[in-house]
Amino acid sequence: MAVAERGRSPALLPPVSERLGPLAWLKRNLFSTWYNSLLTILVGYLLYVVLVPFFEWAILNATFFGDSKEACDFDGACWALITSRLGQYLYGLYPVAERWRVNAAFLLLILAMVPLFLPRFRHRLLYACGLVFLYPPVAYLFFAGGVFGLPFVETAQWGGLFLTLVIAGVGITASLPIGVLLALGRRSEMPVIRALCVVFIEVIRGVPLVTILFMASVMLPLFLPPGVTIDKLLRALIGVALFASAYMAEVVRGGLQGIPKGQYEAAMALGLGYWQMMGYVVLPQALRMVIPGIVNTFIGLFKDTALVTIIGLYDLLGMSRFIIQDPKWLGLAAESYLFAGFGFWVFCFAMSRYSMYVEKVLSAGERR
Amino acid sequence: MSGKGAPAIVMEAVHKWFGEFHVLKGIDLEVAEQQKVVICGPSGSGKSTLIRCINALEDYQQGRIVVDGIEVTKDVKNVEAIRREVGMVFQQFNLFPHLTVLENLILAPMHVRHMPRKEAEELAMQLLERVKIPEQAHKYPGQLSGGQQQRVAIARALCMKPKIMLFDEPTSALDPEMIKEVLDVMVELAEAGMTMVVVTHEMGFAKSVADYIVFMDEGEIVEIAPPSTFFTSPKSERTRLFLSQILHH
Ligand SMILES: Nc1ncnc2c1ncn2[C@@H]1O[C@H](COP(=O)(O)OP(=O)(O)OP(=O)(O)O)[C@@H](O)[C@H]1O
Ligand SMILES: [Mg+2]
Repeated sequence: MAVAERGRSPALLPPVSERLGPLAWLKRNLFSTWYNSLLTILVGYLLYVVLVPFFEWAILNATFFGDSKEACDFDGACWALITSRLGQYLYGLYPVAERWRVNAAFLLLILAMVPLFLPRFRHRLLYACGLVFLYPPVAYLFFAGGVFGLPFVETAQWGGLFLTLVIAGVGITASLPIGVLLALGRRSEMPVIRALCVVFIEVIRGVPLVTILFMASVMLPLFLPPGVTIDKLLRALIGVALFASAYMAEVVRGGLQGIPKGQYEAAMALGLGYWQMMGYVVLPQALRMVIPGIVNTFIGLFKDTALVTIIGLYDLLGMSRFIIQDPKWLGLAAESYLFAGFGFWVFCFAMSRYSMYVEKVLSAGERR
Repeated sequence: MSGKGAPAIVMEAVHKWFGEFHVLKGIDLEVAEQQKVVICGPSGSGKSTLIRCINALEDYQQGRIVVDGIEVTKDVKNVEAIRREVGMVFQQFNLFPHLTVLENLILAPMHVRHMPRKEAEELAMQLLERVKIPEQAHKYPGQLSGGQQQRVAIARALCMKPKIMLFDEPTSALDPEMIKEVLDVMVELAEAGMTMVVVTHEMGFAKSVADYIVFMDEGEIVEIAPPSTFFTSPKSERTRLFLSQILHH
């Protein structure tokens, strides 16, 4: 019942600002002064010079279907590369007959997430935590197989957008809880814990992700007893998760610093223990405050996953590099990378829009 | 007023330092069950620090504090036990802005007292009736006036069914026209027999409710007296000076 009452009482809408016709709008916004007009014309010209040829290349003269480079027009984009190899862009070298498993696991995730978006669902946080712990093993069974009659698919065959989503997904889901713990540890009153957290955060933040990935892929095996190997993907996942956690910790710490002392005192005076105080009073407010920073970190992480290409994993970017080495498609780097870039952009843009939506919903619920 | 019952709060020679700064210099104070004590004194005299020692929001370095038979130590178990029995109301309300009024009230009963949600909500609604704002239950604190927020804060503390209530200048952050609605609630609470320690400069409230008034200055208790003698014939010169300052405002 708490939810139902949240709406603002039916107040008067603000007066609609006078409607402008398109011409008046142009005049007011683009040609209001002589230098404004000059800028408009200059920018318009530049756009014309750049966009028109691009449009001709990417759409008008482009070839969308075909079996090899020979099918393509010389002066247009060769999207035939993408359409004919789309499966590899999406799934990497995952066996074609088994690709349904990837789809099924992602579909399962989407279905499992539905309750999180039901407005009346009360145990959202608990459910989300359960999902974070239960879904990865289930997804792993789907992806890797080897049980229930599913043929085994080794991680070296995972690739494309699928692999990018796996790495980013693991990084994102691991970085938030670990980041929160690190941030709390950094503000802890216990010196040992605080020191450990500070050292971890500062070391990881002071090192480029590439270095961490190299260390994970090259150096880590040197420290392991002979015969023990850790899957290359797993090593990359750990590296990415730790890296993202350190950044997340600093974002969360910023939020924690914004919570007034009185909130802690009121929670303590009510008898809440440390974790209850953090879980019910401090973190909900602190995290809400830093949603933009959190999403920023997620977006950065999503793009950074492209670096796993360097240690020989075939994520979306790695796959687009791999595909253009095929003699049939040699020299189509532009198309391939453009498509990979577009793939990254779609997800990052979606995350950014979603965060704006969440912020709006939250700030509508709570008006100070 | 009420006669002297078993001791609810005992402070014996309590000393506290903030670093080098000696804030509390040997505080001796005893509050019996159902007694109401008002603490006043100039700014910086250590009033807040004193009552925050009672529910362990501040620690102290010397002496002894016993609350409801439990000694206030750094031991987490003791601290938790004491905080369950002692409610506190702050000058700045300190409501949780991300929760509705009702959610503010049921949070501690549900998670500290392990009360079922339904029972906690019923209790919360009763207490909102008692502080006369049941209709605000589903609003957020930011949508209420200061006086309403402070009454919610009182109800939130009462939700834990405390034996003792501490108030740290509960009306100082309020506009004058809202002070009365909060004081009315406090008077009603006092009449119902709650043990109360109130830091306030509302001398009208002190006169009508307090069993005795404690005057503090520079970390010491300068004078303890019932309202009848405190206002008419204060023993100490400092008390007299303080009274002349605040009563002429
Ligand atoms: N956390 C702290 N660290 C250092 N000094 C402090 C701290 N809290 C309070 N003090 C100092 O201790 C003294 C007593 O503070 P306290 O808040 O108890 O005074 P008060 O009597 O409540 O004053 P007021 O009427 O202004 O609320 C003040 O001089 C204050 O500056
Ligand atoms: Mg004070």
